[in-house]
Amino acid sequence: MSATRREFLKIAGIAAAAGAAATPAFASFIPGNILWPRGESKRDEAYTAKRWAMVIDLAKLDQKVVETVREACHAAHNVPDFLKVAGMGAGEAKRSEIKWIWPAKYESAFPNDMNEHMSANVTQRPVLVMCNHCDNPSCVRVCPTKATFQRADGLVLMDYHRCIGCRFCMAACPYGSRSFNWYDPRDAKDPKTLVGGRAVDPGFPTRTKGVVEKCNFCAERLARGEAPACVAACKNNEMVFGDLSDPESPARRLLRERYSVRRKPEMGTGPQVYYVI
Amino acid sequence: MYDKGKVITGLAIFFLVFTFPFWSNIGKTAPMPERSLDTPVLQEMAREAGLDLEQALKEGAINCVEDKDYIVSQHMHLLNLWRDSVVRSGNRMYAGAFGKRHEMSLSKSCMNCHSNKKDFCDRCHNYMNVNPYCWDCHLTPEQMGTASDAEVKQ
Repeated sequence: MSATRREFLKIAGIAAAAGAAATPAFASFIPGNILWPRGESKRDEAYTAKRWAMVIDLAKLDQKVVETVREACHAAHNVPDFLKVAGMGAGEAKRSEIKWIWPAKYESAFPNDMNEHMSANVTQRPVLVMCNHCDNPSCVRVCPTKATFQRADGLVLMDYHRCIGCRFCMAACPYGSRSFNWYDPRDAKDPKTLVGGRAVDPGFPTRTKGVVEKCNFCAERLARGEAPACVAACKNNEMVFGDLSDPESPARRLLRERYSVRRKPEMGTGPQVYYVI
Repeated sequence: MYDKGKVITGLAIFFLVFTFPFWSNIGKTAPMPERSLDTPVLQEMAREAGLDLEQALKEGAINCVEDKDYIVSQHMHLLNLWRDSVVRSGNRMYAGAFGKRHEMSLSKSCMNCHSNKKDFCDRCHNYMNVNPYCWDCHLTPEQMGTASDAEVKQ
């Protein structure tokens, strides 16, 4: 088919006019008020900060504190316990384990801070490790769906609705802070129980098979003006949280008074969990 | 046209097969399900207003967070907006259309009033053949221990 320039321009003009006329017709199919209809706000009692950080007092940690803290965190966030599943091999249980906060040996938590002849008082104590809520989070950079993101107050959080389970973030995190749900965390027979026997806490959702999860700095507790579950479980200020931009916050006070280290700062991620020795 | 008979017969058969779902279902329309609003919390709200439930709903004495028509057609969109607001910016409170502040929470707000998931959510979702994945992670009223009595018995 051949068309003259004049014919082509005529057709193009008619098509453009028809398109412009049809737009309101199509728009009428969309129900009104589809955009954000009202205002949103924080709760009045919410804790807010410019930069959240956690300070952990290594000198005060022992096996009992570690267990209490871990249980408080994992119970509050419906974390299943695959190590307690009967009939699952030890290797598979370990691979399937979900960890938000857990004890590590000093040499694995701080591999570059190991010197010869160090005090056993430092090297033999358990170190509580968790997501470092980095300033420059490598997990956020690699996430292809923006399921993990950094909030303005520094917290690195997950939107489980968006997670596609690609596990790039797990490869990118230098701290092993992320766990993948190889199985449904809920007990298949009893929906009120998690795998491993812990009862579901109705105050927090579970996750589902196929998403990555990690510590969320208890964003849901901060939002209602409560300290993170780990901090609240500490009887003796073993863990302290606070706003790093506020010189009078408990975290800044502790950092001012004591010598502190961070995990693998040489990776350039800017970890914001500090350990005072 | 060559092979006129064969072509037209073929087209006729194709048309019959292609439209099979339509003509085979003629006259068998499934009735649109009615969602139930009869839950203990809504009953209590009606009692506080001094009316019975049906009257209170009709007179607007008890309301959802938004206008009923908006909720019926756009609840999925509202839930997505709530999700983004809560997860991304940590804003958890919503200024409702009827002057109240509501927590933006599926389990704690929506399902607190509508504790009858089977007769409220599932009836329409089954009818429309939509399978939202809310309950893969979020807890149903039954799991929260807040399900209405009728629900638990089922």
